[in-house]
Amino acid sequence: MPEYLLLLLLVLPFAGSLAIASLLRTAARTLPSWLAGGVALLATILTASYYPSVTNGKVVRYEIAWLPELGLNFTLRLDGFAWLFTMLVTAIGFLVVLYARYYMSAEDPIPRFFSFLLAFMGAMLGVVLSGNIILLSIFWELTSIFSFLLIGYWYHNANARDGARMALTITGIGGFCLLVGFLLIGHIVGSYDLDRVLASGDIIREHPLYLPALVLILIGALTKSAQFPFHFWLPNAMAAPTPVSAYLHSATMVKAGVFLLVRLWPALSGTFEWFWLVGFAGISTLLLGAYFAIFQRDLKGLLAYSTISHLGLITTLLSLGSPLAAVAAIFHMVNHATFKASLFMAAGIIDHETGTRDMQKLSGLFRYLPYTASLAMVACAAMAGVPLLNGFLSKEMFFAEAVETHADSILDQALPYIATLAGAFSVAYSIRFIHTVFFGPPPTDLPKPHPHEPPRWMRFPVESLVFACLIVGIVPGLSIGPFLHTAVLSVLGPETPYYSLAVWHGFNLPLVMSIVAMLGGAALYFALHNYLARCEDGPPIFRHLRGQRIFERILVTVSWKWARWLETNIGTRRLQPQLRIVAVVAFLAAFLPLHLSGFDAKLPPVRGVDPAFVMLWIIGMLSALAAAFLAKYHRFAALLLIGGSGIVTCVTFAWLSAPDLAITQLLVEIVTTVLLLLGLRWLPKRLDKIDESATFSARLRRLRDFAIAVACGVGMSILAYTVMTLPVPDTIANFFLERAYSEGGGRNVVNVILVDFRGFDTMGEIAVLGIVALTVFALLRRFRPATESIGLPEQQRIQNAYDDAQPERNKGDTVRDYLFVPSVVMQWLFPVVITFAIYLFMRGHDLPGGGFAAGITMAIAFLLQYLAGGTRWAEDRLRILPLRWIAFGLLIAAATGAGSWFFGYPFLTSHSQYLTLPLIGKVPTASALLFDLGVFSLVVGATVLILIAIAHQSIRTYRVKAAPKTEDA
Amino acid sequence: MNITILEGALTTAQVMLTVAMALALFRMIHGPRAQDRVLGLDTLYVNSMLMLLTLGISSGRTLYFEAALIIGLLGFVATVALAKFLMRGEVIE
Repeated sequence: MPEYLLLLLLVLPFAGSLAIASLLRTAARTLPSWLAGGVALLATILTASYYPSVTNGKVVRYEIAWLPELGLNFTLRLDGFAWLFTMLVTAIGFLVVLYARYYMSAEDPIPRFFSFLLAFMGAMLGVVLSGNIILLSIFWELTSIFSFLLIGYWYHNANARDGARMALTITGIGGFCLLVGFLLIGHIVGSYDLDRVLASGDIIREHPLYLPALVLILIGALTKSAQFPFHFWLPNAMAAPTPVSAYLHSATMVKAGVFLLVRLWPALSGTFEWFWLVGFAGISTLLLGAYFAIFQRDLKGLLAYSTISHLGLITTLLSLGSPLAAVAAIFHMVNHATFKASLFMAAGIIDHETGTRDMQKLSGLFRYLPYTASLAMVACAAMAGVPLLNGFLSKEMFFAEAVETHADSILDQALPYIATLAGAFSVAYSIRFIHTVFFGPPPTDLPKPHPHEPPRWMRFPVESLVFACLIVGIVPGLSIGPFLHTAVLSVLGPETPYYSLAVWHGFNLPLVMSIVAMLGGAALYFALHNYLARCEDGPPIFRHLRGQRIFERILVTVSWKWARWLETNIGTRRLQPQLRIVAVVAFLAAFLPLHLSGFDAKLPPVRGVDPAFVMLWIIGMLSALAAAFLAKYHRFAALLLIGGSGIVTCVTFAWLSAPDLAITQLLVEIVTTVLLLLGLRWLPKRLDKIDESATFSARLRRLRDFAIAVACGVGMSILAYTVMTLPVPDTIANFFLERAYSEGGGRNVVNVILVDFRGFDTMGEIAVLGIVALTVFALLRRFRPATESIGLPEQQRIQNAYDDAQPERNKGDTVRDYLFVPSVVMQWLFPVVITFAIYLFMRGHDLPGGGFAAGITMAIAFLLQYLAGGTRWAEDRLRILPLRWIAFGLLIAAATGAGSWFFGYPFLTSHSQYLTLPLIGKVPTASALLFDLGVFSLVVGATVLILIAIAHQSIRTYRVKAAPKTEDA
Repeated sequence: MNITILEGALTTAQVMLTVAMALALFRMIHGPRAQDRVLGLDTLYVNSMLMLLTLGISSGRTLYFEAALIIGLLGFVATVALAKFLMRGEVIE
């Protein structure tokens, strides 16, 4: 089998999920299930045909370079163990899809369900197939997310929402810890490649960071596999539809944790810490899960706790660190998946037929569902570990390992007794499941009174799984034997021990333990029988100790109380202290490292400077200082002065031979002034009287702020001056200067850099610009100005009053009269400015200008029309659709970039040549020009969108004035 | 000889333009009325435009004229906006 088909195997479920998602709006019911079934079946066949490639410890690898510099590659890796798990995921996935096709009721949105289910299958395959641990943790997160979406599938149900949120929180925290743990492992090993990690077991175990890495990875694995003390999310996840419980929460996703433990078994296991951490979690989960399961009233609750307990069993086996135990663990994973999935499906059938899962209501169903009952009984017997069924084999192996001494400690010595006790518990709840549900008197008050056998194909998945239980249980060597051996070989390699899958090992200690567990479990059940028929939900005493409540209490404490405390005690909502802290921290961040490294601010002497230039700078500095000084009480003057220092900056650019920068900066300067003015309208008016009676402490505070300001400003100037006067080594600038024309086809180096060499950056920048414009627009839609600035400005009120007082004048005549000449000029300038924009755009490739400058010029052209006639006048005559400009810009930029793919070049490769047009002459037509067109269009759209959004505020009417609500355009 | 005259003239012009800019700045800072400040900024813009022209002449490159063109063509936008703000209390109605 070619290795690239691994990619197909991984992509297939996601593609199927997307295809089904496209049916979301339709009422299609059959098509999604057929699609999902087809995808799952195809994936199963594909996996099955890979089997010859993974036997005898062979590994299939498929690698795509992703971020090779960071050691991140998209590596897929299939070995025997991964194969076994992939088979489990795909085959059970297929059966679950088939089952769900009949399980889901007519009201449920089918496409959403199958779309999520397939996406989950893809994520799970990703976890199993990843050959890179970072990739693995990405897919790991995806499984948490899809599990969240699937648990919350019936989102109208509060339990489903709570359960989904809890599962996401717990597994999400685990996933985060796992990622950190993997980063530590990557640091220790020096590679994120799974093969390298697995081969570096000794290095990892010797490393001082072993314990933190182990703890973090274990938190990830144990949360996912619902191990004590993180087990409580799993019973709450039972609010999910039953196919989800069968698939995610018994067969696959919860196995991801133990899968990971097995996967990393060669790298991490065998130490004392491993034994204690994993062993403690495993043993307590095994015992508590089994004990809790006995006392559940909900059928699915029983199965959930039983799942927790069986996962605990697997974890316990893995903690022992012996190869034989690892074999048993792998074997039990497969066995548990088969019998537990079938039991969940059976529980789903019972729920579907009777309308309830409460075991105190269910009774005597054998007479209605004899066939389903028989299947459930076989599966239950497998769960209890009855001989001739698969559960028996792995349980015997577990008992045998429990008896062996691995690490001499109390935990290890107690293990045989704990194992037998847990075995007895599991027998008890298995008998309870069968006895209460299928035997006894006929049920009396069922929500659906006449249960009957489900459709033929709804039973088929249960039948297949139960059949597998039987086959494996009776002839293990002929059925699962070779596959198990392949899996074990790939994990343990040369350490693979001798093990026997025979049904009969003679009369030995494990068999005695089994018999004791059987009899003890049966006795326990019949002793508790009457109590269980009447008791409340949950085990005695423990039922008051609800994991869910504790979890919520912790969540509230951390995310609400502590956050509140922090906010009230060390936070502030006042702007000035915040700014002060920012400034001081920034100053220290620059000052301390420089001071410690002995930075000597020796300013080189200034000589040979043009007097006019010095004057110019003095003007600029004075202007900036005055702006800062007036900013507090006289915003308008401050704005003017900022404009003054801006224009000095532009002249400076020109003076220092950067006319292109000067041009762009000038345009930006103009737009900024107008933009700030637009905002100024919504700020409160200047106070008439300034309170001069400042207290001593206020003066002191001002003095301190002044000192901070001076320190920051002087420091910044020294830094900037030092950096700029450093002797320039051979920088990248020369590279661009040399290559701009030869490779980019343009003489304007800055423009060529923007649209060609660093086109990808520009692409990102314009995308950000578009997003910012949209955000401003969205925020302003909900803008609520201060009450004092809602009314008309004073000037307008006076002018309107004057117009109203004169009989021959209409309202607004004053402004029309005043603006009569200017508005005509501005209207006539419209085509002129547009022409200028086109001119700037066209020659941008060779000379100063380009898409950005042209875009702003174009925006100014529109702005002028708004200034001349007002919003209503302009919009009556001009249809500007800024959103379309933005969309068009982004699309054309992306399309130009993608266009180079057609010619076999990387993204955004530019092509250039000159085109001779009549009248105009030679015109540069680099493909970068098209890209520049995108930039142009986006800049126009974004600028106009922001300006218009602010301008529209003044024609809005506000609810405060009790006027009818009108939304701005 | 001609070049010396030209250079001298340009330097003188530039220094005098900065003096004009300084005076405009004085109006912008001092006021007294807001209208004076706006006029000050407009004057500053015009002087900057002339400064760019002198730069263009002294360097012999026409690129500077385009920056001057932008001030000439669009510099008044800021002034109009400021004037309208003073007259009507807001820029775009």
